[in-house]
This record gives sequence, C-alpha cells and structure tokens, in this order.
Amino acid sequence: MSKPLSRVLATPQGVVLITVLVFALVLGIINPAFFSVATLIDLLRNSLVTGIFALGVMMVLASGGIDVSCTAIGAFAMYATMKIVLGVDVDLPIFAFFALSALIGAVLGLFNGLLIGILGLPTLIVTLGTLSLYRGLLLTFLGTTYITAVPREIIAFSRKVLVRMENAAGQMVSLPYSFLVLVGVAAVVAILINLTLFGRKIYAIGGSEEAAERIGIRVRHVKVMIYVLAGAIAGLAGMTHVTLSRMANPFDLVGMELNVIAAVVLGGARITGGYGTVTGTLLGVFVITMINTTLLMAGVPSYWQKVVIGGLIIVGTGLPIIIERLSRHRERISRSLSA
Amino acid sequence: MTPEAKDKPAMLEMRTIRKAYGPVRVLADVSLSLAEGEVRCLAGENGSGKSTLIKILSGVVGADAGTVIIAGRPQGNDAKAAISAGLSVIYQDFSLFPNLTVWENIGFLAAVTAGEMVHRRSVRRALAIETLKRMRVDIDPDTPVERLPVASKQLVAIARALANNARIIVMDEPTTALTRSEVARLLEIVGALRDEGVAFLFVSHKIEEVFAICDTITVLRDGRVVVEGPIQEFDAASLVEAMTGRSIDSQRLPRTQAEPASPFLSARKLGRRGEYADVDIDLRPGEIVSVVGLLGSGRTELALTLFGALAADEGRIKIEDRPVVFAGESDAIDHGIAYVPEDRLTEGLFLNQSIRDNIVVSSLEKNLRAGFIDARALVQRARDAVKALRIKTPDVAPSVATLSGGNQQRVVLARWMERNPKLMILNGPTVGVDVGSKREIHELLVALSRSGTAVMVVTDDISEAIALSDTILVMVRGKITGRFDANDVDEDRLYNEVIKEGRA
Repeated sequence: MSKPLSRVLATPQGVVLITVLVFALVLGIINPAFFSVATLIDLLRNSLVTGIFALGVMMVLASGGIDVSCTAIGAFAMYATMKIVLGVDVDLPIFAFFALSALIGAVLGLFNGLLIGILGLPTLIVTLGTLSLYRGLLLTFLGTTYITAVPREIIAFSRKVLVRMENAAGQMVSLPYSFLVLVGVAAVVAILINLTLFGRKIYAIGGSEEAAERIGIRVRHVKVMIYVLAGAIAGLAGMTHVTLSRMANPFDLVGMELNVIAAVVLGGARITGGYGTVTGTLLGVFVITMINTTLLMAGVPSYWQKVVIGGLIIVGTGLPIIIERLSRHRERISRSLSA
Repeated sequence: MTPEAKDKPAMLEMRTIRKAYGPVRVLADVSLSLAEGEVRCLAGENGSGKSTLIKILSGVVGADAGTVIIAGRPQGNDAKAAISAGLSVIYQDFSLFPNLTVWENIGFLAAVTAGEMVHRRSVRRALAIETLKRMRVDIDPDTPVERLPVASKQLVAIARALANNARIIVMDEPTTALTRSEVARLLEIVGALRDEGVAFLFVSHKIEEVFAICDTITVLRDGRVVVEGPIQEFDAASLVEAMTGRSIDSQRLPRTQAEPASPFLSARKLGRRGEYADVDIDLRPGEIVSVVGLLGSGRTELALTLFGALAADEGRIKIEDRPVVFAGESDAIDHGIAYVPEDRLTEGLFLNQSIRDNIVVSSLEKNLRAGFIDARALVQRARDAVKALRIKTPDVAPSVATLSGGNQQRVVLARWMERNPKLMILNGPTVGVDVGSKREIHELLVALSRSGTAVMVVTDDISEAIALSDTILVMVRGKITGRFDANDVDEDRLYNEVIKEGRA
C-alpha cells in the first residue's frame, strides 16, 4: 500500500470516502449512465434540504450536543409560515417567506436552547422530547392537510432554475434557485465558525466545557445561541423543502433526522464534540444522498437504505474510537523504556 | 531568591479571609500577600483549606469575611474581574481545549477577556508565537493540544496566562505529572518570568517541590496560617511538622519482624511493552512491599497486571508456586487477590449507597440462606466491620458520601477484608486522606499483614512507604531500580532514587 493511501485510510472520513468511490464505481459499471452531469445535478438537488439541516446540526455537534428535533422544527416552521401567509393574504416577496420560517424556527430553537443552556438538561433527551412535542403541536393545532394552493411567489421561485438538462432516460433534471439557499447558509456558517469569536467558543465548549467556563466564556449564553441558530437554519430548510415540492405537507421532513445526523457524523463531526467543518458536512450530505438515490436507481428496495444508513452511522462514529484505541496501543508498543 | 522582593509593592493581598461551608469552618482569618516577582508556596495537607483559598482568590467562590486586593483593587466574587485584574489560575488539569491548536489555546483567554467579536487568526497566532518565544519554548503552534505530552500542555497553559498579561500566576501542584528534567525546565521558565516581575503562587503539599521552587512560604493547617516566612527559615523536617502538626521522627510504625514465609505470589521477568519491563517481585504473607515511583513510572500498570486487569506481554506469575495466567480481574479475585484502586471515589465506592451495602457487596454469598440473602446477618457483619476498622459513623445505614476521606477509604478496605484476601494490593491508599486517618490506615495495614495477608502498596509518597513497609522497591521508567529494607533507608536517599531518570 502506498503512503498517501494508507494515510487516507487512517481517518474515518478517508474510509467513508473510499467506500463511496468504490460504490459509485460499481454503480457506474452496472449502469454507465450513472456518470453524467445530469446525475450530479440530480444528486445536488436531492441534497438541498438535508444539507441545510446538516449545517445547523453540525454546529450543535461541534459544541458537544446533539439535535434530533431539527426536522420537526423545519416542518413546524414551514407549515406555520404557509398558514400565516395564506391567512393574512398579502403579497410578500419570497425573501419574506424564508425570513418568517427562519424566525419561527429560531423561536422553537430558543426553547431547546433554554432547556439545554439554562436548565442544563441533556441535549439528546431535550431534543428527542421536542421532536415529538413540535410535531404533535403542528398536527394538533395547525392542521394535518396538505396545502397545495401555495402562493404564486413560491411557484415562481421554484420555476427559476440555475441549470436544466435532460438525463439519459430523457427526463428533465434541474438545479433550482433554492440551491442558493444552501450556498448562502453554508457561507454564513463557515464565516461564523471560522471568523468570529462566537464560532470559536462553540468549539471551545465542545472541547471542554469546564475549561471554557474557567477562562470566562459564558457557556450557557453560547449554548442558547447555538440552538437558536440551528432552529433558524431548520426553518430555512423547511421553506426550501416547500419550494422544491410546491406544496406544504405537515407529515414531511420528520423521519429525516437520522439521515441528517449520519451525514454530519460522516462529514467528520464527532458525537463527543469539538470537531466539524462545513466542507466535511457537505461531503457527508452528498454521500448520504448518493447512497439513498443510487440504491433506489439500482432497484434495491428502499428498506435497504435504512440498513445502509444505520451501518454508516455505526462505522462513522465507531471508526474514530477504534482508530484512536489502535493508535494508543501502537504508541505504547513503540514507546521505549530507557529513552 | 530575590531579597529585593520585599521592597516591591504587593500585587496581591488577602486579608483575614473567612469561609465556612455550613457548620464546617474551612478558613479562619487567613492572610497572604504576594509582591511583584515573588514566588510563594502555599503548602498544606489535603483538607487544609488550600483549594478553598484559591477558589476565593480567583473569584469562583465568595468569602464570608475578609478582602482580596489585586493590583490595588478590591475584588468580589467575580472570576472574570479577577482575570482582567491580571490573575491566572493554572489548574492541575490545565483546562485547555484538546481539540484546538496550541496557538488558538494560547490566544483564547486574551480574546475572551478583551471581549473580541472577530476571530483574528493571524493576530492571535502571532501573539502565541511571540509568547512561546518569550518563554523560550519550542512547541509547534499548529499542533492540536491533545497530541502534546503533559509537560508541554503545562507550558501552553502558562503561555495562555502570559498572553493575557497575567501578573499573578497561581499553579496547582505543578510538578505532579512532570519528570525531573521537565521540572528543571519549568523552574527555568518561572525564574525568567519572575525577573520580568510576574508573581507566582504555587499550591503544593509536596516537600521536595516546595524547596525546589519557592522564595517564601505560607503553611496552612486546618484552615489557619500556622507559619509563614522566607524558605531559608525552613528545612524538610520543620516544614513537615508545620504541615502535619506532628514530628517527623516517629513516622515508622512499630511492628514485629515478619516471619520468613514462602511467597504467595511471585513474578519473574514481567513486562508490558511501553509500560514496564523485567520486573521481579515476591509478595509474602506477613510482609508489606511498597512499589515507589513517580506518575508514569509504570507502578500503576504493574499493580493492575498483578490484579489481572492488564495483560503482561512477557514473564510469568506464580501463585503458591503454581503458574497462573489471569484472563481478567475476576480470575485474580478467585485466587484471593484484592485491589484498592487509586481513585476510590470513581473506581471503588458506590457513593450514594449505604455503608452497609458498600461493605458487603462483594461478599454477599457469605450470608446466603437457602439461596436467599439473610439481610439481618448482612447488617450484623457490616456493623462488626465498622467497629473493627473504627469507621466513624453512627450506623451502617447512611450513605458513604457522608463520610470523610479517611473513613471512606476504610469502607473500601472493609469490603475487601470481608473476602479474607490472601493478597491485598493498594494503589495510593492514603491519597486525599487527612494526617490522623493516614496513620490509622497504616496501622490497619500493618495489622492486616501481621495476620498473614500479603500486602503490596503502590505509592509516590516516600514517607508513607517508609512508615508502612517492610521492603521498598523503587520503580523508575518501568524498571525496578532499587530494593531497600525499609528499616535502613532514609527519605533523602529514597527520594534521590525515585527521581533518577533511568540509569544508562
């Protein structure tokens, strides 16, 4: 084995990347139409919503927490936005739809943040609870019916495409304007975590909460902000979903959270906190989408997707631990006593 | 030493500090001052109030009475204000961020203190490099802190304090995890910074450390300052006496000479790669053997191997002359071996459960009646053990958490003694135990050994080894480098053996 290859294999992301490349290669051999720009565009389009959710969840993981409620926040925010807009019945620019959805998401995220940051409750328990809570509130109080008569601004927005082309099967594939939402969120998150002290505090807290407290970081404050941001981003993801499907279905989105977390973890964020990058996360999302889409294309029953995603989560989270253990063992063996 | 330190203005003044937790008085009228460029040691046994005093100084905890003045400004219960005033505490665990790079760790405190919003990479990286250069330390600023050895982490913690313009640096037991050459390096750096006017307060209960580092000393005992003054006025004996309140001479416990017996456990050429090698050890009934070594010398790994928790790569272990291989701890327990871990709070005790349950939990089968547990007999057995070990408690029902450190340690001992072990291995048996209890635990162990149990003690406390043992083995960098009869070795000799770094 050559040196660079072994170095790539030593990181969990390397293993995932190589698995996926092999996966794609096999698919390409079975179905040569797989390697085409059309496939790429299709994959990008399918990655949009997962990708936006994942960027919010990545920040939460970097701070040492976890957020499984993001999809419920997204569903609540987009459905509530549609209800409100249809209720007031005034023409609003498309920007206002996204802003309103993000605002509703931020409020729901604030509730998560208060429970986690101020009361100090465990993040998994809180977000598991609010996942069910927000979904229940949505279906109980806002409604259970599809909204198909979406405002014309949304229809207009969803018709605007960046690229459109025909794939091998003669179907039209396109990359809609909503792709810019993902690009925008990615840019904002990247700036936030790399160029602001707030962003670095997220990583500091993920590294050691006690140490952060000791150097004067207001840990509770930062935590509340993280969940507010994750909520707002989930709201944007929800609205993006509406513009892609051109309707608001309150039963959508919830159930995706496992895909989102799998993508983030495969992208290098660690469940124990302190790590995570925007590019890694986007790569993870692309990988997950590719697996889901291609399995479907290859005619594999959709239940198998769950098996594969589950396996990838275990591999993605388990590998760093095993690699770490192995390197500690190797370090002990190579340590000399008389140095 | 800087005699001119006296003329310089005080950077830190603590006046008549009082603090009580509930009915327990922790600090009574403690005063302490620190001048520019002074290196002072705050010495005291565990439980003397050192940590509480530091918490008050750093603003984490408020005092009941008294004042703290840093650089002329009175401080309240506000950790951030204390940091801005130029105080930095370097905790024993260093409180760094393992996932971030060296430079980011160094700059973080300053950025937070200044209330910056923007993360200015290049500025902060430059500041870190400059600070490391000022300390004349060669650490790659781009390495993640988790990959650094302990000594470098400590230097990074100091650099972080300096990058924030700290004028007073408090260090909590700074040399615990360092080798001798690393300690020497630390002292050099401290010396250079002292010349720049930085004042240091070292918190320690280690005699050697105190003499190696400090100009002046303040000794705390039971929450009071018992003595303070320049280091020249003290020697090891008078310092120990000040800290413990008892004279050093009568340390070695009286005992009857052990009958020569054949070893219960004997190991030959035992080795585990990277941790220890070539260890020969015999543990006999009626004898106490101490393995003395610094942190990282392999002492704990050796003890864990003899208890079956780690596997040896080389060598063999015999029990009563039959070769054995332990597949795990339970194998060793079946052979009659007991192990009292270093950290009894996390590894040894069920803190929230009753004293009774903690004592009888590993020997429930003694009180089985037709397959059911006889609860009344359990209570009786626990009461007998409490009496035999003189555990200070009204009854066996309260939780272990209500006991003092010394009494908690006795509960752990009681649990294992209920199993009538043939070999008892104790790792740091009196860590975090007050002086009086320490003595009593030592007496218990001597009595246990004279009743025919083999006892092995792993420790870095030299006076403990001398007080307690029959035979002392010195472990340096994974090898047994010396064997002594505890009757004819003194502390200085043993100390010099322990800190030798390998004999090439």
